[in-house]
Amino acid sequence: MSHENVADAEPRMEAARYADGSITYPPHPLGSDGSEPVDVVDLSEHTATVVTWTTSTAPPPGVREPNHLAIVEFDVDGQPVRALGQLTTNEVEIGDDVAPVYTEELRDPDAGIREPASQDWDGYRFEPTD
Amino acid sequence: MSENVAVVGASMTQFGKREAWIRELLAEAGKACLDDTGVEPHDVEHLYVSNMASGEFEGMTGVPNALAHDLDCLPAYTQRVDQTSSSGGAGMYAAWQSVASGASEMTLLVGGEKMTHRSTGEATDVIASLTHPVEYKHGVTLPSFAGLTARRYLDRYDAPRESLGKVAVKNHKNGVDNPHAQFRKEVGLDTVLESPIVADPLRLYDFCPITDGSAALMFCPESVAREYTDEYALMSGVGGATDTHVVHERAEPTVMGGVVESGTEAYAMSGYGPEDVDVAELHDMFTILEFLQMEGLEFAEQGEAWKAIEEGTTERDGELPINTSGGLKSKGHPLGASGVAQGYEIYKQLLGEAGPRQVDADVGLACNVGGFGNCVITTIMEAGA
Repeated sequence: MSHENVADAEPRMEAARYADGSITYPPHPLGSDGSEPVDVVDLSEHTATVVTWTTSTAPPPGVREPNHLAIVEFDVDGQPVRALGQLTTNEVEIGDDVAPVYTEELRDPDAGIREPASQDWDGYRFEPTD
Repeated sequence: MSENVAVVGASMTQFGKREAWIRELLAEAGKACLDDTGVEPHDVEHLYVSNMASGEFEGMTGVPNALAHDLDCLPAYTQRVDQTSSSGGAGMYAAWQSVASGASEMTLLVGGEKMTHRSTGEATDVIASLTHPVEYKHGVTLPSFAGLTARRYLDRYDAPRESLGKVAVKNHKNGVDNPHAQFRKEVGLDTVLESPIVADPLRLYDFCPITDGSAALMFCPESVAREYTDEYALMSGVGGATDTHVVHERAEPTVMGGVVESGTEAYAMSGYGPEDVDVAELHDMFTILEFLQMEGLEFAEQGEAWKAIEEGTTERDGELPINTSGGLKSKGHPLGASGVAQGYEIYKQLLGEAGPRQVDADVGLACNVGGFGNCVITTIMEAGA
C-alpha cells in the first residue's frame, strides 16, 4: 500500500454527540440521556490536555515495552470529552497539551488473547505539542 | 423477605503457587467447608461456583457440574458466577439470594482460580480482556489503570507517595499471621519504594501477586443454622453495582462509583453505617484501591484516606483494622476465590476464630472489586445471636 493510500485510509477518531449535547469517546449505542447519537465528532482534529499518565513496564504479549499511556481530555465546543491511549513519549506532565497522531497498529493483533478479527487495531497516540 | 440468611461454615485452601488444577482446588475448599459445617453433601440444594476464566486459563469449562459430582452433591442446582475479579462477592450475593428467596435451604459457594501456570504477561492479558476495544488495543492493563489513577490521586490530593507504600507494609505484616497467605513475610517501606516500576508511580510491591487458590462458604436460613451450630454469622447487608465499561468516561478517575453505590445499598439493607463497622476486607489488588474503597465506603473523606494509614487507624490494633487477612496484597488474588476469601476472613473474625490476627469485631464489611471498579459487591456480616 502506498503512503498516499495509507493517508487516504486514515480513519477519523470518532466520538458520538447526543441530543443533549454530550459527547463520548468511543461512541455508544445509547448516550447518558438514553438516546441514540445524532452526530459524529472527529477528535483527531482537536488537541487535548493530559489528565494523568503512566508508563507500564510489564505489558501483555504484543504490546510495546515500556508502554506509555494517558487519559486526556478534549474540549469540543465547550464539551469535555475524555479518551485513553498510548503516548508517543513519557516526557509529559499532567496538564500538558497533546495532539492525536495516527498509528496503523497499536499492538500485535496476533499476540494477545483477543480474536484478531473481533476489533480494529489502528488508532491514535498522543504527542505533546509543546 | 424471609428469615435471616446465616453463614455456618467457611474454608479456604492454601493460596499461592499450587500443583492442583481448578477442579481439584475447588473440590479441596468445598470438601473442607462441608467438613467444617457437618452438612451432608446431598443436603446441599444449590451449589454456586465463583470463577472468572477457567476456560481462558486452563481450557476447563462447566466447572460447577464437575464440582457437584466431585463433592457428591448431586442433584444440587449448580451455577457459575463470573463477575471478573468480583466473582466471589457476586457469588455471595447469589448465595444470599438463593436462601433469602426460599429457593434453597442449604447453599454452598465455592470460588477459585488457577493462574500461576501462565506467564505474567498472559495472565495480565486474560484479565485485560475485560476492557473495551478502544482500551484493549492500546495495551491497557488493570495495573496500568492503577498507575493512571494513583498519579491523579497523589497530584490532586497532595498525598505522599510513601502512604501508598505503607498500605503494602501493613498488609504484608498482617499476612504473616495468616497460614493460608501466599506471602508470610514482612516488607519494609524502603523495599516497597525501591522495587521495580510496574506502572509509574506504582512499583512491584504496590501490586498483588498471581495466585492459585480456592475458598468456600455455606449459607442457610438462621433457623437451619441453629440445627448445626451456635456459632454462625449473619449476612446483614449486600449491595452490587456496575460502573462504566470504559474507565476514562467516569467523571472523576479517583472515585469508584460502584463502590459508593454498592456500599450505600449494603449499609441501607443492614441498618449499619460506616461508623458501625469493626473490621473490613477491602480489594487491595493495588495499594491505591484501598484508599479509593475507604473513601467510597465513607471510612474517610474524599482524598483523605491516606491520612488513616499515616495515623495507624487501619492497622490491626487501630480504630478500623483493614485487611487483617493480609489482603489480596499478601494473601494472594486467585480471581474467583478472592471475594469468597474476604468473606472467610470476616466470618472468622466475627466468630473469634482468627487466631493471632483476631480483632474485636461484631460487624464486618467486605468489598470486592471487579475490573477497575467496573462492578463491585459490598457485603456486611454480623455475629449471629
